[in-house]
Amino acid sequence: MSLLEMADIHGGYGGANILNGVNISIEADEIGVIVGPNGAGKSTTLKALFGLLRVSQGSIVFNGRPITNFAPEKLVREGLSFVPQEFNVFPTMSVHENLEMGAYIRRDDFRNLLDQVYGFFPPLKDKRKQPAGELSGGQRQMVAIGRALMTEPSLLLLDEPTAGLSPLYMDEIFDRIIAINKSGVGILMVEQNARQALAIAHRGFVLATGRNRFTGTGAELLADPDVAKSFLGGGE
Amino acid sequence: MGETGILAALPMNEFVFFINKGLLAGLIIGSIYALGAVGVTLIAGILRFSHFPHGDMMTAGAFFALILTAIFPTAGALIGLPTPFVLMPIAMAITALFAIGIDRVFYKPLRTANVKPIVIVMASIGVMLMMQGLIRLFAGTEARQMEAGSKDIYKIPFGGRDIVLTEPQLLLILFTAAVVVALHFFLTRSRMGKAMRAMADNADLARISGISTDHVVRTTWIIAGALAAAAGTLLALDVSLKPDLSFNALLPIFAAAIVGGIGKPFGAIAGGLLVGFTETLAVFNWGVLLRPLQPFMPEWLELPQKLAFVPTEYKIVVPFFILIAVLIWRPTGIFKGSLVK
Repeated sequence: MSLLEMADIHGGYGGANILNGVNISIEADEIGVIVGPNGAGKSTTLKALFGLLRVSQGSIVFNGRPITNFAPEKLVREGLSFVPQEFNVFPTMSVHENLEMGAYIRRDDFRNLLDQVYGFFPPLKDKRKQPAGELSGGQRQMVAIGRALMTEPSLLLLDEPTAGLSPLYMDEIFDRIIAINKSGVGILMVEQNARQALAIAHRGFVLATGRNRFTGTGAELLADPDVAKSFLGGGE
Repeated sequence: MGETGILAALPMNEFVFFINKGLLAGLIIGSIYALGAVGVTLIAGILRFSHFPHGDMMTAGAFFALILTAIFPTAGALIGLPTPFVLMPIAMAITALFAIGIDRVFYKPLRTANVKPIVIVMASIGVMLMMQGLIRLFAGTEARQMEAGSKDIYKIPFGGRDIVLTEPQLLLILFTAAVVVALHFFLTRSRMGKAMRAMADNADLARISGISTDHVVRTTWIIAGALAAAAGTLLALDVSLKPDLSFNALLPIFAAAIVGGIGKPFGAIAGGLLVGFTETLAVFNWGVLLRPLQPFMPEWLELPQKLAFVPTEYKIVVPFFILIAVLIWRPTGIFKGSLVK
């Protein structure tokens, strides 16, 4: 049974639909990557999955349970966690408080988990008391991902985690994503950096105009000349 | 006035006058503004609208305290404090419930319908007018004393003169100090306090993190309502209870919240004190402080009886001026709050 099964998803923000039949399916412990041109509905797919956008048709099944159109606060308790592309930290709160807010739904002792997150992102440990809004873009992204990990999700949703980062931080974030995945967290991410993302993906989904154009393993999509020609550009 | 012996004693008199009429008076009215502004800034930061009925919520809270005082007139004698003050926690609880009720009936449906912010602001003005009408309907327009009898007065001898403070004023200052400490621990240590800051910081992310919007909103109304009731009761205890008493405090309270930065409770407290002091010092009779210097001034310079920046009747222009100055030169307030919308 797959961890996540999104079948024939349609939806939009009122007005015309943005999603016209998206299919996403990933197994537990896999990395899924959604790529495609601007306006293809990549981020919208994540938002539809996370209850931030009304799904008008289609079904979403997570861990064997139907979750279509659940509210975000309910999905967090189901084991999903979402890192938006922008405005993904609490800027005036300290790094430590940001992580605590990630663990808001937990009533147990989560100190081990805090250590684990600081283990994934060592630079954050020194900046624990600093307001998250004062950190560099890359470190803020670390806080955002760390915050999302505090619920110990079985699936982590990342919306363009490397957008706007320097190449150095980009590699760092990709490294961390692989490490998080190896620790047993499924990942579904949207990425502009299609080549680099597909290279670490177990499954790739190429979207265009709100529906799947190509679906396959990361390696298959990278090797597919059609995908390369239409969506990956010539070189980098 | 010409003799040097008297001169040596005079400045002390003037200094004590300044402490009583300037500093203490500013601290007292500033504390009222601070207690009110905390609620306004929390509501603006978390619910994102201007809560105009806040002054009337203060008045309502004071009336709850007045009614309780009429029912249990001897409650204060048990502890030796003014009865309205002893019963104030109950009035605060009633006002908190009242505030939650108002939210349920008027604001929540609008939030759920996802209306534009301006619609909720209009609703807030409507609730303000409604509350003013209701208060006048039930309580009339005359002024009332919170408690019969005279107030205890404390006199602290200072340089041959007395620093004078009434019991309600002392209680107000102590209560405000306690609120500042309690608020600090609540917002930085407790789970709900942090959730409130999180929601003020980034409401969408708070929701995504699983923070229950309803709980945070309810807590916001509890704090805002309870502190409004306390401010109203303490203000009424200090002077008297009139239906329009707290409405007059609305503009200074908004000025305080904006000066302190919207969404910043400690900014609101600092802003409240700032507006309180500015207002008091603007109408303060500086002539009194200058009078000891009269002998050193040229003969032709006659000190006027009253020398103030602003005549007392025009006191309300001070918060207005502060408000406009902050909006023009520093719209995020002195503590970098959210931009005023």
